[in-house]
Amino acid sequence: MSEPMPQANHEAPPRLPTDWKGQAMQKRISSRYASERRFRLIGLSAIVMSVGFLAFLLISMLSAGISGFTRTEIAVTFDFPKAPIMVDPAMLDSANADRLLSNANLPAVTMQAARTALGKKGEDLLSPSAWVNVREAIKNDPGILQRVETLSLPASTEIDIAAKGDGTEEAETAYARLDEAGLVSSHLNMDFLTSSDATDPSQVGIWGALKGSLLTMGVTLLLSFPVGVLAALYLEEYAPQNRWTDMIEVSINNLAAVPSIIFGLLGLAIFLNVMHMPRSAALVGGLTLALMTMPVIVIAGRNAIKAVPPSIRDAALGIGASPVQVVFHHVLPLALPGIMTGTIIGMARALGETAPLLMIGMRAFIASPPGGITDPATVLPVQIFLWSDEVSRGFVEKTSAAIIVLLVFLLSMNSIAIYLRNKFEKRW
Amino acid sequence: MSARNVNVFYGEKQAIKNVSIDVDTDNVTAFIGPSGCGKSTFLRTMNRMNDTVASARVEGNITLDGEDIYSPAMDVVQLRARVGMVFQKPNPFPKSIYDNIAYGPRIHGLANSKADLDNIVESSLFRAGLWDEVKDRLKDSGTALSGGQQQRLCIGRAIAVEPEVILMDEPCSALDPIATAKIEELIHELRGRYAIVIVTHNMQQAARVSQRTAFFHLGDLVEYGVTTEIFTNPREDRTKDYITGRYG
Repeated sequence: MSEPMPQANHEAPPRLPTDWKGQAMQKRISSRYASERRFRLIGLSAIVMSVGFLAFLLISMLSAGISGFTRTEIAVTFDFPKAPIMVDPAMLDSANADRLLSNANLPAVTMQAARTALGKKGEDLLSPSAWVNVREAIKNDPGILQRVETLSLPASTEIDIAAKGDGTEEAETAYARLDEAGLVSSHLNMDFLTSSDATDPSQVGIWGALKGSLLTMGVTLLLSFPVGVLAALYLEEYAPQNRWTDMIEVSINNLAAVPSIIFGLLGLAIFLNVMHMPRSAALVGGLTLALMTMPVIVIAGRNAIKAVPPSIRDAALGIGASPVQVVFHHVLPLALPGIMTGTIIGMARALGETAPLLMIGMRAFIASPPGGITDPATVLPVQIFLWSDEVSRGFVEKTSAAIIVLLVFLLSMNSIAIYLRNKFEKRW
Repeated sequence: MSARNVNVFYGEKQAIKNVSIDVDTDNVTAFIGPSGCGKSTFLRTMNRMNDTVASARVEGNITLDGEDIYSPAMDVVQLRARVGMVFQKPNPFPKSIYDNIAYGPRIHGLANSKADLDNIVESSLFRAGLWDEVKDRLKDSGTALSGGQQQRLCIGRAIAVEPEVILMDEPCSALDPIATAKIEELIHELRGRYAIVIVTHNMQQAARVSQRTAFFHLGDLVEYGVTTEIFTNPREDRTKDYITGRYG
């Protein structure tokens, strides 16, 4: 090189060699280690705190709700031959058993037996629907009508709460008396999972709300998944890059952030008032939630489709696949795991939604489970909300039990979806 | 295939200027030239892959067996089955080896029965020089093969639909020398049955593999002729400079 190097600035003093082993450097090293330790500690405590909150939620829910799955039962002796039941045991095999037994005045029989066994006002110690259990016992074994039989019948709410340690003084005394006589026992309450809403806490069940949730989720999935996936495919593969497409993109992204209660207003205004669909039905609830879930699926779908490398598309096009074949044979199978993740997130959100469903009327007292998607129904979160509003103390544990059922439902839904997603995941 | 007075524009920029060329089955044609000279762009016009780029515009006349491939009457999808393509980076489908080869015949309805399809797969893999290596693991994923094997799989996939022309865009640039040698051998075997056009950066490869060579520079077709002539006695100065390594 023929040009001279640029001259150093002669004004500045020459630099001393750095003392890497000196005091100052050692201090820098130890303060750097200390700040890295602090950073790790902060991260760890954040995780511990989150797990702690989650554990706290689960433990408090479980401890409050487990007792909702058990109920106290009282043993009552029935002298059937002496009871005024005019039913021929032989005819009880047929399907009309319920009708025949309804003529047998079982409530009165039960009341009488309770008074005999438990003293005056004995029927107050039993649940108002205890006679149904008597009916079921007769149906299972018509032979008991010829003998003296002791049946285990559900106790009233007051006794049940007293057994669980939370009752009034009167109830506690009555319970203590029964306990001494050896007449009470605690059993798993299967009726909770098979019956619907009721006014008396000892009779309520979660099945009505569970079925309502199942139907609503079914409608939501059937509507939002195909529409969302196809919309994502169109926006990514076919839509031209112009202002209209940009506006659609922005609208969909904003839709995903809209508060859910506004979708409830939308459902009320359009599905109920304009289209006159049946109020409180799973169909309307499903439609409203589908509107809410679809943008989430579109956004997740677009990201999943964008992630499919262009080399796969080129290869498919190069072999002579039409654009539709490229999308459905190559792009969609590879994008499916990402789409399913979006669907899981959207459906989990929809399962827990209460506000929009309240607005379209799914808040009524529904005493029997819905037959189809056009029957009035309620969903699990709404049921929890309604029960938590009740005055009677018996509802407290039922609310927690219902929350446990909701969590189990959510977990199973997510597990199915994650299993399906893993099945479709292809190794590259 | 024949091209006459082809101009290609990406928006305002002209990438190919007035190129005319012929390819046939008897001679393997090589496109050589420095980076960015337009050889890949021109290759992609031959099977209309430029259609996927929104700003690309093609003028001029390109014919396959006398039919203009840019006329509205030509079905692009069928064109791409008749003019196959092998890409620079091997891109087998994430399916089994069998399904990779069988996909083309399936979508074009070329097999009448499962036995037919099995035959097509076997003969394509055999002609691609891959049959012995994979015949007992046809259900394995295509992506589990080595780079050289994947590229031979892609060539097998292209020949499974019995194209008339095979376009190869730098097929060996991502492979090691031994795999490269195998692919070059394969090209020798395929010559005569398919018209092969190969774009390559490697001049020795062009000299080994082709009988006709076209030299591109900045979008112009500078020289086109017999390979041995181009490499020993080029007519144009630019060609001479490129071949002797003065640039590119």
